[in-house]
Amino acid sequence: MPVMSYIQAITTALKEEMQRDENVFILGEDVGKKGGVFRATDGLYETFNEARVLDTPLAESAIVGVGIGAAMYGLRPVAEIQFADFIMPAVNQIISEAAKIRYRSNNDWNVPMTIRAPYGGGVHGALYHSQSVEAVFANQPGLKIVMPSTPYDVKGLLKAAIRDNDPVLFFEHKRAYRLLKGEVPEEDYVLPIGKADVKREGTDITVITYGLCVHFALQAAEKLAEEGIEAHILDLRTVYPLDKEAIIEAAKKTGKILLITEDNKEGSIIGEVAAIIAEHCLFDLDAPIRRLAGPDIPSMPYAPTMEKFFMINPDKVEKAMRELAEF
Amino acid sequence: MVVEKINMPQLGESVTEGTITSWLVKAGDKINKYDPIAEVMTDKVNAEVPSSYTGTIKELVAQEGDTIAVGELMCYIETETSNQQTSLENSQAEEKGIEEQNDSTLEKDQSMKKRYSPAVLKMAQEHQIDLEHVTGTGKAGRITRKDLEKLIAKGKNQSTSESVSVSATSKANSAISEPTTRQQPTAYSGDVEIPVTGVRKAIAQNMVRSKQEIPHAWMTVEVDVTDLVRLRNNIKNSFKQKEGYGLTFFAFFVKAVAQALKEFPQLNSTWREDKIIQRKDINVSIAVAKEQELFVPVIHHADDKSIKGIAKAIQELAVKTRSGKLTADDMKGGTFTVNNTGSFGSIHSMGVINHPQAAILQVESIVKRPVIINDMFAARDMVNLCLSLDHRVLDGLVCGQFLARVKELLENMNEETVNIY
Repeated sequence: MPVMSYIQAITTALKEEMQRDENVFILGEDVGKKGGVFRATDGLYETFNEARVLDTPLAESAIVGVGIGAAMYGLRPVAEIQFADFIMPAVNQIISEAAKIRYRSNNDWNVPMTIRAPYGGGVHGALYHSQSVEAVFANQPGLKIVMPSTPYDVKGLLKAAIRDNDPVLFFEHKRAYRLLKGEVPEEDYVLPIGKADVKREGTDITVITYGLCVHFALQAAEKLAEEGIEAHILDLRTVYPLDKEAIIEAAKKTGKILLITEDNKEGSIIGEVAAIIAEHCLFDLDAPIRRLAGPDIPSMPYAPTMEKFFMINPDKVEKAMRELAEF
Repeated sequence: MVVEKINMPQLGESVTEGTITSWLVKAGDKINKYDPIAEVMTDKVNAEVPSSYTGTIKELVAQEGDTIAVGELMCYIETETSNQQTSLENSQAEEKGIEEQNDSTLEKDQSMKKRYSPAVLKMAQEHQIDLEHVTGTGKAGRITRKDLEKLIAKGKNQSTSESVSVSATSKANSAISEPTTRQQPTAYSGDVEIPVTGVRKAIAQNMVRSKQEIPHAWMTVEVDVTDLVRLRNNIKNSFKQKEGYGLTFFAFFVKAVAQALKEFPQLNSTWREDKIIQRKDINVSIAVAKEQELFVPVIHHADDKSIKGIAKAIQELAVKTRSGKLTADDMKGGTFTVNNTGSFGSIHSMGVINHPQAAILQVESIVKRPVIINDMFAARDMVNLCLSLDHRVLDGLVCGQFLARVKELLENMNEETVNIY
């Protein structure tokens, strides 16, 4: 099985879906000739020509708006927002139009669109290139939000997102792009949207997280295993709507739950996860539910020391996991 | 002189590693801060890595062609400044001090011992574990869910090989440990204090439970067993010779009760809030005393047995009880209790029902008394049968009919009608 990086898995999934279905097309800033600022669409312009890989003006509301229109008329657009931080001008299009058209038109119209955007910090990106924006969209029925953690999941979930008949926000951690490598099957496969995945079995503590933090938790878990602490790690993969069954099962398994997000703590995805556990697992809980998250200040400072203070890293995860195990 | 590390710097967003294409310095070179030391290639950029310090290159750790993750060591450089070292030592010392403090507090601190999590409380209740006696391995002595899981796993292995008294004891323990606000009687000098243990605790608990849960009612009938006494006295010696154990009156009473229960299954039942369960099997519990203890072993399928079979079962259970060899199976499944209070000389008593059964019958002493038959006095052997009944399950009418039937059966036991085999 070939080993590829997180971003190669994205390029591969895009390429295979464009070959499979001629309705699939890409639009975004610098996605064409340049191949994307992160090179996620590298080579696609050459392979599929400018009609299917569109360089757009710097206007996110237009990128998403054009995508919605094309999707309603039967195409399958994959819109790239260059940085998740830049998605804000398109929020009206996403929340008020894309998310609601199926409901508003009583099933007459739908928007089979995927919006890709790199999120997250730890790359000296400062305020406008480091934010996590998933919580902004995570209470909008009609939307799905996918945030994969491994190259394998990236390929399977991006294909599923493109084939989905409703709008899917696909957030990719920009630091994972070249940091994470893994085996990715050559054949065509899709993974179910809305399903979490157990990334590690354990009996002492349960860690529930998503995105790059899954990787940090796995690293910390290996260290803790040397001390006899076995962590159970659940990767949410889809952060909206949440896989409640998997969350409840994982929480009940150990009764000691650590929730991790890189996002600001208050109002984040993991607050909802905590609520689900509180509603369903009271008599299985052996410790207060713990949250490890970014501080409630605007993401993300530029000074390296301050960025380190803000950013989740394996050491912070390990410390929180050990504290919970010892409780 | 301080040796510092130069690590792979961050060379752009999303770049996590770089390949060293060529070193621009070698060991021993003197360089200034910001001088380029190496050329590095990433999949986004080619760049020169500047030195973070002024000093002398000591050792090149990475080789040309190596791919190094951001933040990983590239080379060592010797610098002149030494102020950083002292601060480093200070902070190390501080950390050490904190660690030591933590160790000493951990040993003594038991402040979390009685802070039970919902999971721990639930498991303790389900498995009747007294948390007072559990040692916690969590923070500040806290009992964790894992502590109980281990304890339960250990307990399961043990209980399969041990006898009934274990479960009886653990049940009693949980009852005793319930918080109570009642005032306890005080022992004065000269009083003897006997610790309540094992079976005594179980008896106490079962009696309390029966009296608290079951609304008891009572009935007594008087039975003329003159013929039965004559029958038994005639054959008891030959029986003992032949079988090797005695033929007691009690066996006849159990036989009569078993037969009557077959006809009145209402008494062979148990209360279960939403329903009354009438038992198919007639398993008669009999009370057997052993010094300070009371056991209630069971004659299973008493209705299938002859009088001799019942006598034998009574004999075996009595021997087993006195030698402490009763098994869990001997104690299980009773559906009705017959209690031989007559053996203590009692002529009237009010029994406590053997929970969860619906009734208990006390067989009192057989006493020779003057009785009027056909307007004439006659010397007859008379016995009282005292029934305690669960008034939720049973009423006077059916119990009266049941007792009348037992009476009829016993009064018709004579040498012509009874075959003890």
